[in-house]
Amino acid sequence: MSSQMDSPGRGALVVVGASLAGLRAVESARKAGFDGRITLVGEEVHLPYDRPPLSKEFLSAGAPIDHVPLCGRSEFADDYGVDVLLGEPATGLDLDARVVHTRERQISYSALIIATGVRARELRGTSGLAGVHVLRTLDDARSVRRALDDGARTVVIGAGFIGSEVASAARERGLRTTIVEALPAPMVRSVGPDLGPALASLHERNGTTLICGQEVTAIEGTGRVERVRLADGTSIEADLVVAGIGATPATEWLAGSGLPIDDGVVCDEHLRAGGADVYAAGDVARWHNPRFGTSMRVEHWSNAAEQGARAARNALFPAVVEPYRTVPYFWSDWYGSRIQFAGIADGDEHVVVSGDLTGERFVALYRRGDELSGALTLNGQRHIMRYRRLIARGANFDEALALAETMAYRHPTTRS
Amino acid sequence: MRIVLDRAKCTGIGICESLAPDVFEVDDNGDLVVLHAEVPSSAEADVAAAVEGCPTQALQFEA
Repeated sequence: MSSQMDSPGRGALVVVGASLAGLRAVESARKAGFDGRITLVGEEVHLPYDRPPLSKEFLSAGAPIDHVPLCGRSEFADDYGVDVLLGEPATGLDLDARVVHTRERQISYSALIIATGVRARELRGTSGLAGVHVLRTLDDARSVRRALDDGARTVVIGAGFIGSEVASAARERGLRTTIVEALPAPMVRSVGPDLGPALASLHERNGTTLICGQEVTAIEGTGRVERVRLADGTSIEADLVVAGIGATPATEWLAGSGLPIDDGVVCDEHLRAGGADVYAAGDVARWHNPRFGTSMRVEHWSNAAEQGARAARNALFPAVVEPYRTVPYFWSDWYGSRIQFAGIADGDEHVVVSGDLTGERFVALYRRGDELSGALTLNGQRHIMRYRRLIARGANFDEALALAETMAYRHPTTRS
Repeated sequence: MRIVLDRAKCTGIGICESLAPDVFEVDDNGDLVVLHAEVPSSAEADVAAAVEGCPTQALQFEA
């Protein structure tokens, strides 16, 4: 194999990570006209699947439990001509030889895309205890779903978005549900000191007990979980414990490769990692986002989809690379309400421009300097994307406030 | 080109509106409103990005 690609149409593309970013990378490579060999390597045994539903509708009573892949075997083979290696985690990378190692084989590349995602953090000291789960993979979700189907008394550890969705699913079934958060207030880092508690009040309003400022000291049980013990000595009976305590980039296979790693694979604005013809995409990529002039790593659906596509095009057509510039966006569904966030949450202040923080809907805007830096909505579907577009073009905060006035007085849209 | 929306799949996440605001709009109920089912040629590239960018695969082109 040549070490340089002679023309954009040739060479061998290897994509490590067979979830959304990896899938979009191979699709995009073909759509862009790359006709060389493509190999997609995945750790899980499943074909690529969609993760957002796993903590949402997948957990509701009676929802289909079958796995509908985002791309089937025959599509990979016939439509894209991709070799798919599943259940085969990458174990190493040799940048000089341009080879990805798995336990079974060595795969040469002329261009490489790293899309290995993140791993959910597990609770220490709980291995071997049945009924204790994280929620990241389809297999995790199936375990949680089975426990909910069995009517489990549910304790969620961590009041973040995934944990909150699990709590919501448990409550919708009428199960006794508790969330334990170690920090004094929920979601301060993700949406800010006032807005985190405003969202978290949905838990109390829907019958979930939220306990903040309490460390979990032990998960107890014989063979399977029976109770969760807290720092103040109290304990909560539990049949199901779900840890939603964050995730760490799956970069251990890159240790010793020489590729710069710093809470993710470090990339420039073109998603180029620190090795020749090596790019990264999705949750694992820490890239320079030109919109905010800073390095960030984002674990959101649209980021993974878009970065996968962009990384492949940049890797295969380096003469016409484009930066990946985005306004992060995510959504979350709790108790039938939709939460949406666009931008970044570390502004100087926020202003509630519609609704109020104790009600069923609100729109809050974040100011950083003179700029609009973020927007958070609860049941504000009509609003959120307008602000996302303003954030994308660097609009100032006054312009956002002016838009808010027109939004407030607009008649509801009618369906065409 | 026409845009066909599968309402059973759409949950109003709004990425289409973000990419092609002249064609898509989510209303207060979280329902997607297609403002122009017949896509104006000026918006074709944006709408193509919206079709590709839909997390629930609810949008399709129809020739």
